[in-house]
Amino acid sequence: MFSDSLRIVWVYPDLLSTYGDRGNALILASRAQRRGYPVEVLEVRSDQPLPATADIYLVGGGEDGPQALGAQRLIADGGLHRAVAQGSVVFGVCAGYQILGSSFFAKGTKYAGLELLDLSSDRGPSRAIGELAGNIDPRLGLPPLSGFENHGGRTRLGPGVSPLAQVTAGIGNDTRTEGAWRGKLLGTYSHGPALARNPALADLLLRWAVGVNQLPPLDDTWSDRLRAERHAAVATAARP
Amino acid sequence: MPLRAKVASSVSRTAAALSRAAGRGDGSVIGGWIGLKIDPELLAHLAAGRAIALVSGTNGKTTTTRLATAAVGVLGKVATNSFGANMPTGHTSALAKAGSTPYAVLEVDEHYLAQVLDATDAHVVALLNLSRDQLDRAREVAMMAQLWRAALIRHPELRVIANADDPMVVWAATPPTNHDQRITPPQVVWFSAGQRWHDDSWVCPECGSTIARQDNQWWCTGCPLRRPQPQWSVEDDGVIDPTGAWHKVQLQLPGTVNLGNAATALAVAAEFGVRPVDAVLQLGSVTSIAGRYAQVERDGRLIRLLLAKNPASWLEAFDMADEAPTLLSINARDPDGLDTSWLFDVDFSPLRGRQVLITGDRAFDLAVRLDVNNVPFRHVRSFTEAIQLVPPGRLEVIANYTAFQDIRAELDRVL
Repeated sequence: MFSDSLRIVWVYPDLLSTYGDRGNALILASRAQRRGYPVEVLEVRSDQPLPATADIYLVGGGEDGPQALGAQRLIADGGLHRAVAQGSVVFGVCAGYQILGSSFFAKGTKYAGLELLDLSSDRGPSRAIGELAGNIDPRLGLPPLSGFENHGGRTRLGPGVSPLAQVTAGIGNDTRTEGAWRGKLLGTYSHGPALARNPALADLLLRWAVGVNQLPPLDDTWSDRLRAERHAAVATAARP
Repeated sequence: MPLRAKVASSVSRTAAALSRAAGRGDGSVIGGWIGLKIDPELLAHLAAGRAIALVSGTNGKTTTTRLATAAVGVLGKVATNSFGANMPTGHTSALAKAGSTPYAVLEVDEHYLAQVLDATDAHVVALLNLSRDQLDRAREVAMMAQLWRAALIRHPELRVIANADDPMVVWAATPPTNHDQRITPPQVVWFSAGQRWHDDSWVCPECGSTIARQDNQWWCTGCPLRRPQPQWSVEDDGVIDPTGAWHKVQLQLPGTVNLGNAATALAVAAEFGVRPVDAVLQLGSVTSIAGRYAQVERDGRLIRLLLAKNPASWLEAFDMADEAPTLLSINARDPDGLDTSWLFDVDFSPLRGRQVLITGDRAFDLAVRLDVNNVPFRHVRSFTEAIQLVPPGRLEVIANYTAFQDIRAELDRVL
């Protein structure tokens, strides 16, 4: 897959970009470039065909209407399915995470998803808004997840996927688990620029894409401080 | 005014005065809150008999309200909520405090527009723009446009002054005629104030198709929604009125965005019969607005305060700011919204080459953003520390809402 440059596709920024989703593309590009990998970021709008040969696909958050429209166009286009069949990396966030499953609810109607991940999403009893934290699946070898969630969905995982994390603060899928992954596909309710607070997760996506087990370390002083501050804030809020 | 309303109004004024005297605030909310407790209809009673204009939108409403108040002031006394207290409590306080005035220009939080339209029976409403703002609690942009739309159709006599450059505003301002009940929507006067921020209006609110843009035009690729021809627009450093006459605008406020706000203010004043040629002279009297754009000198540093609350207003702030050392301050308290994700919707690259300092509760979120943006910066713990680190001369301060208030407090509530 990965040849002369790392190709990152931001899927449908005209529909699926509500909460600083651009950040994930910027962070991946920046972290790859700092390791000397040439990077190409493609913003593919919903009226354009989705290239099937890129290395990483980012599917971001969106309001109900755009989410439903985005899913319909992705199904009709077929590019993301072809990319997954060829081993590309997919990172779904919030509405984009729900789209990767078999079904989701938008504006009170059930919509078909892409069926790339074995999960389905319903409307929850309340909107989940606030800090989200959890211990990530040990097989992924990552430090705890830190994020902010803002969604009305609840997601049921099927046997074909593993939870990304066990929730320690917030709601995630259902207050117990958060996100899901299978192969090189990963989704999370940690919305918007989720990778800003999780540089190790960003590096996992990059490692999957370039096919290496390790990447040279970067100076993550500011991400580390941000993570420490957010984890402390969550701990303070949880204290009785 | 009924006796109950008179009592409520008087108590409201007293409470506001007490709050100010006690140093607890400027009194612009508490007075109205108490007044409305005594008489829930107080706002309607206070509004009766006045010609009222409302100003609403995501950005620019405080400034536009201030400019429109100055412009309408040509005709006589104008009541206004100049402290930016833009919910019904603030409107009640403002009208009670002003006493009897023939006119009022009120800034209205976009969530409360329907309620305030119903209560005040306003003559004019100016709709500025709609974009993402505090998404962890605010309604989605499309839903807000729908709420405005539903409110406007209930007021067929209203005159609407609306931004032709914002597809969401255009759609909100043009509800269809209700043939069953024979209700025709209010008349609209369009202004063009430009729109730097497009990322919330790529999808047509009417039909869901893509909105196409070229130069300053936009149109839906799937239905007839398109940019209307504006009657008021900005050209060079002036405003063109509906007759085609150009008026030079000399503002004491920076940035092209404020020229757009001036055009809107002139359009509002024109609805009350003020000639642009008379109104334009008043606009230069507006200097700072609740500390915004205020300039303060400290230890040889000429400090200017700019408020930026959301991605669209950050883009405007970079346009207003000089090429000078710049302090950015970010909080994420309740009034700001708890979510800092929007930082990645802002391109900070215009700041490259300037000395950048950062502070605030959420400075680390900003630090990560600037790092990815390749903008060098230094983190400081306080405003005082920032002043010591920059050379004498201009210091631009750009802050979001509570961070801005913190710095204002540190500068002794400059006004």
